[in-house]
Amino acid sequence: MSEQTDIRTSQPLGLAKRGYSGVIQHLAVADAASALTGHELESRLIELGFVEGARVEVLHEGIVGRDPIAVRVENVTIALRRREAMAIIVA
Amino acid sequence: MEAPLLHLALVGTPNSGKTSLFNALTGSRQKVANYPGVTVERKEGFFVTPAGRQVSVVDLPGTYSLRGRSPDEEITRDMVLGRTSGETAPDLILCVADATNLRLTIRLLLELKNTGRPMMLVLNMFDIAARRGVSVDVPKLSEALGVPVVTSIAVRKGGIAELLRRTDEIVAQEQKPIGPNRWQPLTAPELRATQREADRIIAAAVTLPAKPDTWTARIDAVVLHPVAGLFILALILFLMFQAVFAWAQPLMDLLSSGFDALGQFVHDTLPEGLLQSFLQNGVISGVGSVIVFLPQIIIIFLFILLLEDFGYMARAAFLMDRIMGGAGLHGRAFIPLLSSFACAIPGIMATRVIDNRRDRLTTILISPLMTCSARIPVYTLIISAFIPDEQVWGWFNVRGLVMFGLYAAGIASALLMSFLIKFFMLRDYQPAPFMLELPDYKLPRLKSIVIGTYTRAKMFLQRAGTTIFSMMVLIWFLASFPQPPAGATDPAIDYSIAAVIGKTLEPLLAPLGFNWQIAVALIPGMAAREVAVAALGTVYAIEGGKEAAEQIGQMLATKWSLATALSFLVWYIFAPQCASTLAVIRRETGSWKWMAVTFFYMLTLAYLASLVTYQIAIALGAG
Repeated sequence: MSEQTDIRTSQPLGLAKRGYSGVIQHLAVADAASALTGHELESRLIELGFVEGARVEVLHEGIVGRDPIAVRVENVTIALRRREAMAIIVA
Repeated sequence: MEAPLLHLALVGTPNSGKTSLFNALTGSRQKVANYPGVTVERKEGFFVTPAGRQVSVVDLPGTYSLRGRSPDEEITRDMVLGRTSGETAPDLILCVADATNLRLTIRLLLELKNTGRPMMLVLNMFDIAARRGVSVDVPKLSEALGVPVVTSIAVRKGGIAELLRRTDEIVAQEQKPIGPNRWQPLTAPELRATQREADRIIAAAVTLPAKPDTWTARIDAVVLHPVAGLFILALILFLMFQAVFAWAQPLMDLLSSGFDALGQFVHDTLPEGLLQSFLQNGVISGVGSVIVFLPQIIIIFLFILLLEDFGYMARAAFLMDRIMGGAGLHGRAFIPLLSSFACAIPGIMATRVIDNRRDRLTTILISPLMTCSARIPVYTLIISAFIPDEQVWGWFNVRGLVMFGLYAAGIASALLMSFLIKFFMLRDYQPAPFMLELPDYKLPRLKSIVIGTYTRAKMFLQRAGTTIFSMMVLIWFLASFPQPPAGATDPAIDYSIAAVIGKTLEPLLAPLGFNWQIAVALIPGMAAREVAVAALGTVYAIEGGKEAAEQIGQMLATKWSLATALSFLVWYIFAPQCASTLAVIRRETGSWKWMAVTFFYMLTLAYLASLVTYQIAIALGAG
């Protein structure tokens, strides 16, 4: 873990810009205004590899409202909308 | 004594290369059907191991967990647990992993272990992993997971030898009793714990390269670029339609002259009479006029399969998500809608990847508006008869452009319908999440593509041989009976049942510019769209003799006005889809209501759009 990561404040992945990279701190499913229930959203995010400690990097953004985003999670690339990405707290 | 059939099941995450492994194991010995009671595709194949054991293998729907969020995932769960009635529980589960991307599969495997069933991990695409600098300590991984691990290169000859050898070994071992099923749906903390465990095992047994796949990153920099990406997507779709129109032509001409020769042979060989008319006009010109379109259907499926195997489909969904979201559609609807260009039936079945019921229903209702391959015969016939074969702006073909325009009209009306459905019928709509893995790009493999295309082509021919054939026989019958009275001077068809039906409907369709021959052709066109062409062929053949049958396009050019032709084309953008599509909608939505809704809204659209087209064309002097 680099020094830079340590001094950064945590933020939801849903607000991250293209090129951002960080580490997942925790999942806060109540913060995302998703159509899914908290449990369902949490389960799905974990199944796609979004667990605490995983390295993430925002690789691409869509054209409308910079949404959805393509996120590198360890060595897998996942596309998701910013709305759901709000549940992923990174630093 | 013959050993009983060994049952294998392939389980893995989406994009794990399960299907290419399945193809490598079974070749063309595959059986595609549905699981009883649901519309999940059941793919089973057969092979014999080196030790001579007969094996049946099923390719289960891809999933990230056993929670069963969709009908597909429920099948995977129930099959693995041996709960599906009428299905044999697998003797051995092959958990298939993309060796370059183990993280999510190892987590799935840890969950699968709770089922107590014998299992083996197959590290597929091992060559690509090695090239990228992924190195796996196979014995260590096997020890940590507690299951046998083999590597495989499904796409290379001999690449599955070890898998076969180990399967024989496992089978030859004394049968361990199948462990108790301790699987239960995992809670979020349990899921998290299994993912951590998976990460720990991977860290111990796998060395990953520092950099991700550079090719995928380079391609994505362009393909997922907000502006360039959309441009490329449009270009791909445009190329696809130009290809369908231009490349298929020589083959189609060949098939067409083959059927003509066959018809002529029958004409010359058999004595004049009912049997000759039945074979030449009913069977050969009817079925032949549909089979001629096989090359185009193959090209469409070829494109879809290539894009899918290359890894582009998920990117297309990513690019289209927000754009389609504006029309009330989910990004995942892009794949079903794109499949609907081949045929609405697989398209509607593919909507199962959309787990929100409303998103799914909207997609089902509009997918028949996508121009399916069955409409190609209709479009091609009319376009070649009425639109000049000229080049504009350098290399664009006018006919190709008209074709593109028809496709575009279908897409535009689908988006509009979706918007209306969202606005009027599903007001309290909340967008369902879009979460999708973007797999690394892979070079499509010839064998997989060939097997996939072959399966689709076979399905098309079977349809031509059954539904279409029987409809053609019916049309021929209606158009031939009752026979004209002796000494009649008008063409024989004017005395037939078909003429009675057509003339009854004519007043209703006259404002659209349709004559009674078209009315006759429209009825079987509801059974299967491409039949309309064949039906026109039969109707005009019986009316005009064999010359008309050979040159249906030129025949129409003399009989129809341009306005009628345009109106007919527009009708088929919206035409109430074939009976099989309606049946699938009924099955997938589980309700007659949505089937009826689809039928009537499309019929209304078709009528209104044709009416407007015809009247405008007349006003502009194209009558």
